[in-house]
Amino acid sequence: MERSFLTFNNVSFQYREDYPWVLQNVTLNVKPNEWVAIIGHNGSGKSTMAKLMNGLLFPQHGSVVVDGEELAEETIWEIRKKVGMVFQNPDNQFVGTTVKDDVAFGLENHGVPREEMIKRIQQSLETVGMSSYENQEPHRLSGGQKQRVAIASVLAVSPELIIFDEATAMLDPKGRREIMNTVNHLRRERDVSIITITHDLNEVAMADRVIVMNKGEVWHEGTPREIFAKQAELTDIGLDAPFVTKLAHELKDMGLDLEMEPINHEEMLDALCKYHLKT
Amino acid sequence: MQISFKNVSYIYQPKTPFEYKALQDLSFTIPSGSFVAVIGHTGSGKSTLLQHLNGLLAPTHGEVEIGDYKIQADEKNKQLKSLREQVGVVFQYPEHQLFEETVYKDIAFGPTNFGVEKDEIDDRVERTIDSVGLSSDMLERSPFDLSGGQMRRVAIAGVLAMEPSVLVLDEPTAGLDPRGQREMMDMFYQLHRDQQLTTVLVTHSMEDALAYADYVLVMDQGQLYMEGEPLEVFHQKEALNDVGLDVPEIIEFITKFEQKFDTSMQYTNQPLSQFAEQLKNKLKGGHHDE
Amino acid sequence: MNDSMIIGQYVPGQSLVHRMDPRMKMTIIFFFVIVVFFANSFGSYGLLTLFAFVSVAITRIPLSFILKGLKPVWFLILFTFLLHVFFTRQGDVLFEIFSFPVYEEAIEQGVKISLRFFLLILLTSLLTLTTTPISITDAIESMFHPLKKVKFPVHELALMMSISLRFIPTLMQETEKISKAQASRGVDFRSGPIKERVKAIVPLLVPLFVSAFKRAEDLAMAMEARGYQGGEGRTKLRELTLTKEDIAALVLFVVVMVGVFILRT
Repeated sequence: MERSFLTFNNVSFQYREDYPWVLQNVTLNVKPNEWVAIIGHNGSGKSTMAKLMNGLLFPQHGSVVVDGEELAEETIWEIRKKVGMVFQNPDNQFVGTTVKDDVAFGLENHGVPREEMIKRIQQSLETVGMSSYENQEPHRLSGGQKQRVAIASVLAVSPELIIFDEATAMLDPKGRREIMNTVNHLRRERDVSIITITHDLNEVAMADRVIVMNKGEVWHEGTPREIFAKQAELTDIGLDAPFVTKLAHELKDMGLDLEMEPINHEEMLDALCKYHLKT
Repeated sequence: MQISFKNVSYIYQPKTPFEYKALQDLSFTIPSGSFVAVIGHTGSGKSTLLQHLNGLLAPTHGEVEIGDYKIQADEKNKQLKSLREQVGVVFQYPEHQLFEETVYKDIAFGPTNFGVEKDEIDDRVERTIDSVGLSSDMLERSPFDLSGGQMRRVAIAGVLAMEPSVLVLDEPTAGLDPRGQREMMDMFYQLHRDQQLTTVLVTHSMEDALAYADYVLVMDQGQLYMEGEPLEVFHQKEALNDVGLDVPEIIEFITKFEQKFDTSMQYTNQPLSQFAEQLKNKLKGGHHDE
Repeated sequence: MNDSMIIGQYVPGQSLVHRMDPRMKMTIIFFFVIVVFFANSFGSYGLLTLFAFVSVAITRIPLSFILKGLKPVWFLILFTFLLHVFFTRQGDVLFEIFSFPVYEEAIEQGVKISLRFFLLILLTSLLTLTTTPISITDAIESMFHPLKKVKFPVHELALMMSISLRFIPTLMQETEKISKAQASRGVDFRSGPIKERVKAIVPLLVPLFVSAFKRAEDLAMAMEARGYQGGEGRTKLRELTLTKEDIAALVLFVVVMVGVFILRT
């Protein structure tokens, strides 16, 4: 069996004893270099999962294992070097007074020597395309730019897993594109696992694997294609299917069966083309 | 109420090194009772435009007319308060404006400021909490104990309780999940029709603009870049792309389809099932079926 | 934005004064403030004034900009001057204003005291004009470093200051946003009796506090996720280094100080 970088073993979590369970018996694996999307409606427990992944929260039952080590008070600082997180609100995770200082923050925490720090700051800002903003103050940046700095801050520490906890939810379409381009660029440039927690379907379609959460439980997991095929059920749990999926299902209802489940325009057009040639 | 902008310009911090022209010579008319979408990328002047609608900003040059109210440069408008009662604004993340101890008090806050009678306020609170889809059991709870989506609905009820005849919405679905977004937009559309409101929706979602608006204003660099009925505007894909805007996905798809199959298709906001049927006919050589 | 007030404002630049180590700037200003109180002759005052104006010239910030920016302070300086003119009764009577005698000594005292006042303000505002708030924070952290031995939370204090600086613009934007939202709901912040206006603050303050707490919570979580666990074992990107220029400035300043003591009477 392939090595798993992050594992949840029957994880259950509640914020307080008299509160309902937010997560129940969640088991999942994320492999090295894999891109996993976690989707679910608001309140399905997605963000709680993210916080369990680097010890911002600890489960009441079950265990979280990162790179072979179980998350516990003694291991969190080592694990936080390996697991980087980008949060939802661009403003509330910007610690430094300038872009450069913000990227430095994580490095300073980990006691990286100054010379090395300068090198890593430059590299990671370059990766996210923010080099020319080095000395900018945060309030002069757009939401998308701030999120890119947040990604650079995480990258500088060279994590093996980066979690995007609804990192695009507060951005405009341009900002979203910037972030998704950055993520795609990262995948090509570095060995890193990625978890995106989102309800943006275009982001889901790019992932290797999708985990759908509903009411604190893993409702389903599979490739984007497999998940989108369950269109009706997705709608039932408060999610939406992409336009292409919906169209494919309408066509299917009319007896026009496409060869495979298309997940983007190009696949849809190809499928239609094949059908066209057959008739 | 009819809204019209006549050669409106707005300059932030004029005559300083920080001078910034947010609106330039903007003219348009929104007929009473229409549902207008304002689109444009961040920084195109949308939010400055929005603030002119209830006199939060007065134009540096030109004139804004909202019903019988006129807002002009350098003129203290004494009717500002009654204008604000007529034009309700739902700001982005409106839940951030909640402050009262109970949901009831927060919804009643606007009407109280405008001097509405106590009994009438009771009535309005009951009605609006219902129209935003919340139960009146919530009225005595603290708004801060509610979920994010519920808080937003309470804040919206607070605006609706002023019984405005113009409703201005700034990205009202930001941060909601897909179902929440759809429910929210359906709710506004319902209100728009039931109460014959004039609705101005500022949005990044071309999908929403296409689905709900009957007129679209496209802003770019503080100017009116394009205007027209949604289908008219969204068929000009290249012009929109030039100013960093997308077209709704279905129109994008049709364009690609037309290119690939060297054909043309009509999109008139028909339901997806009908669209699928047309598509199928095209593939079978639609011209034979006639 | 209030551009008639420059105290606390930073004007970006590349001058020698801008480049100087903030610790050196603060040290020089600290001693300048003390020395100003020792000056008592026109010679010693003259030397200090010269030093101050040369410093201003080096920054390349137009003097007129600074003087205009100190407008609110002019009033205080004038007031100090008049106070001395009318209440010092020594020396010969020079002239009378509305049969109120003005003494020679009074004019001299008035000029000296208001000049002292002016120099203090000029030089301290020069510090904030040429040093970013964050550099001042760095300097404070570095200069207070020895206090760590007596368990004084130097690092925490500096971090708190820098985070506050970082969030000031964000909270200003937020304040504007909320006040606009409440104005749309009929709150009048600008007119009406005082009691009403004070009441109008509540709908602004409550949401502001709620949001500030939420931000603090988020920020704490983000900091923790990025491995923050207090000042122990931390390295620093921002490094303060004394250069030759700093030493030269210090030497010049010491010369001026000695000069002042020589010129004293």
